[in-house]
Amino acid sequence: MNDLIIIATGSLVAISCGLLGCFLILRKMAMVGDAISHAVLPGIVIAFYISGERDSIVMLIGAGLIGILTTFLIEFLHQKGKLQSDASIGVTFTWLFALGVILISYYGRNVDIDQDCVLHGEIAYVPIDLWITEGGTNLGPRVLYVMSFVTLAIIVFIKIGYRGLFFTTFDASYAAAIGISTVLWHYLLMGFVSLATVASFESVGAILVVAFLIVPPASAYLLTNKLPKMLMLSVVFGVLSATGGYYLAKSLDGSIAGAMATVSGLLFALTFFYTRLKANPVTSSSPVLQES
Amino acid sequence: MDTFIEFFTFQYPNIKYVLFGSILLAVSSAIVGCFTFLKKKALVGDVVAHAVLPGICLSFLLTGNKNPLYLIIGAFITGWISIVVIDGIVRKTKLKEDTATGLSLSVFFGIGILLLTFIQKSGNAAQSGLESFLFGKAAALVGADMWLFASVSVALLIAVFLLFKEFTLISFDQNFGAAIGFPVKGLNLILTTLTVLAVVIGIQAVGVVLMAAMLITPAAAARFWTDDLKTMIILAAIFGAVSGTAGAYISFVAPSMPTGPWIVMVISIIALTSFFFAPKKGILYKALKRRRIKNLILQENILKMFFQLGEEAGDFNTGRSVLELQDKRPFRTKELDSGLKRLQLQGYLTNQNDKWQITSEGQNKGRRIVKLHRLWELYLTTYLRIAPDHVHEDAEKIEHIITPELEARLEKLLDYPELDPHQSKIPYQ
Repeated sequence: MNDLIIIATGSLVAISCGLLGCFLILRKMAMVGDAISHAVLPGIVIAFYISGERDSIVMLIGAGLIGILTTFLIEFLHQKGKLQSDASIGVTFTWLFALGVILISYYGRNVDIDQDCVLHGEIAYVPIDLWITEGGTNLGPRVLYVMSFVTLAIIVFIKIGYRGLFFTTFDASYAAAIGISTVLWHYLLMGFVSLATVASFESVGAILVVAFLIVPPASAYLLTNKLPKMLMLSVVFGVLSATGGYYLAKSLDGSIAGAMATVSGLLFALTFFYTRLKANPVTSSSPVLQES
Repeated sequence: MDTFIEFFTFQYPNIKYVLFGSILLAVSSAIVGCFTFLKKKALVGDVVAHAVLPGICLSFLLTGNKNPLYLIIGAFITGWISIVVIDGIVRKTKLKEDTATGLSLSVFFGIGILLLTFIQKSGNAAQSGLESFLFGKAAALVGADMWLFASVSVALLIAVFLLFKEFTLISFDQNFGAAIGFPVKGLNLILTTLTVLAVVIGIQAVGVVLMAAMLITPAAAARFWTDDLKTMIILAAIFGAVSGTAGAYISFVAPSMPTGPWIVMVISIIALTSFFFAPKKGILYKALKRRRIKNLILQENILKMFFQLGEEAGDFNTGRSVLELQDKRPFRTKELDSGLKRLQLQGYLTNQNDKWQITSEGQNKGRRIVKLHRLWELYLTTYLRIAPDHVHEDAEKIEHIITPELEARLEKLLDYPELDPHQSKIPYQ
């Protein structure tokens, strides 16, 4: 049962991140996703300090706001400050992460989170962290509920906003011409990326969020040029990584999040070599001209 | 003040190590970072920082001890591989650089975490302390660390000093470098090696995530103060040294405070201050400049309007209300008000009973703008053969930019014409 719960949680993270990640990598914003996943740390710490709970609405909102602020700051420094975009990403997220670590040290024992858990999480605790109602009824693992809710929200967002996301991703000027606001969709997408990060940080940590945001969509993109198919494939790759990662971690007795990232990397390598082989088969001999 | 003296007189030997270790690290990564920044490869440092973890774990697994030299060799190898992977993905697939970067970073780090936890649970007593690579241990630097830092930093500095010209060339124009016969590939290899070295050393002080800041942030801050590479490198090194010192001092005064994050916090504050307040390139400076130009254009437009109104009426002394003015040209009321008041202060306009009137100085200034506008229209139709109904917009912009020298040349070129393409008189005096 515990196996199933962990795999289910991992898969939910994989699905929500993979779906958003497709849009990120098509918009050439993969590293902004990386930045957000690190930069939400101060938001998490402050919200946690204010609300005193791990999974309160305050926490989701606080960290979500910091995520959007991060995006805004990156854009602002890039456009108004004329700072090249890679540097503007690097400066912004390291600064916010440092702020988060300092806040953790400052609040000390008052805040029950540490930087370890932010980086690589502890998904193995998911099954024992139960949601028990005031009446004492055991409703099962808490994180599973949070992740289900977030995944559902993301699927609904993509379903409803498909047209807007599609046009602003592939042809921003056309989108603007037919009255779709690129800025709005940009920040909406980033808001959801922050939401996914915050919801999954304590179970899988920032690093697996980044891995799931980028690696399965990248593998999927190698196999197809169609967005709906890419979304489907990245979900498949994500779930495979989560499942395979769990068993790899179990056999090595190591970090589950780390193993899931490792497996997603392996799947990417397989896809990479598969597409290379298909493009120029090694075994095929040079074509022989038939003499008649 | 007591702690200040205590700190800088090194009453505890440990302070010396922490301070010099932090400064050496910050300065050497700041200098190497300038080149990666200019090559627009700022995030390479971030990737390498994440990718050294599996190398460290693997070399521990193979050798069974924590000899820093072995660990550094392992770190160096996987750090290098991560860069090769990015390069391979970008060249062989349709994936873009940002995706390849994030992919390499997260997968290598995932493998590293998996190995690290595997080692930790394997019960090998020697393993404790490996996790210090994750978050750094600047406050726990000891003498041996410092000697290692110092030798690597000196090696980095010597390499940058000797290859300064070559690195400058490949940072700004690789193709040109290749064309005149520089071994661009080899130089890139050396520069990447230096970056990896800087990261491998630095990561022990500030940890995986914050290492990127040590490379990028000082360079980015320095870039806002100068256009000269040498000055930029010196500035970046100074910023690095200041933040290294500040970080070490803060964690000395408040022992619960981590050194690494404070170094990054200080350098980030320096950088953000530079972004906003640096002269010429700073955001604030540019915003002020833009506002000044906007005001100037507004005022010139108002004077031009007064001149045109006077021209139409054949009388420049009529007082006009704000509404009459807006009838001629739809300015926004708030803008018009502020423009009118500024012009009054400068003596170009006078105001009596809410009627505005142009002074003779204002009339001269307005006349010049009108003249420039019409000269330019004539220039466009005569020399560029643009239809008369297409020249107004362009003249509307250029009239604020033309200098007196250019004005004289235009007049001479067009031979002091009487009329513009729309048969309006070009006013000279």
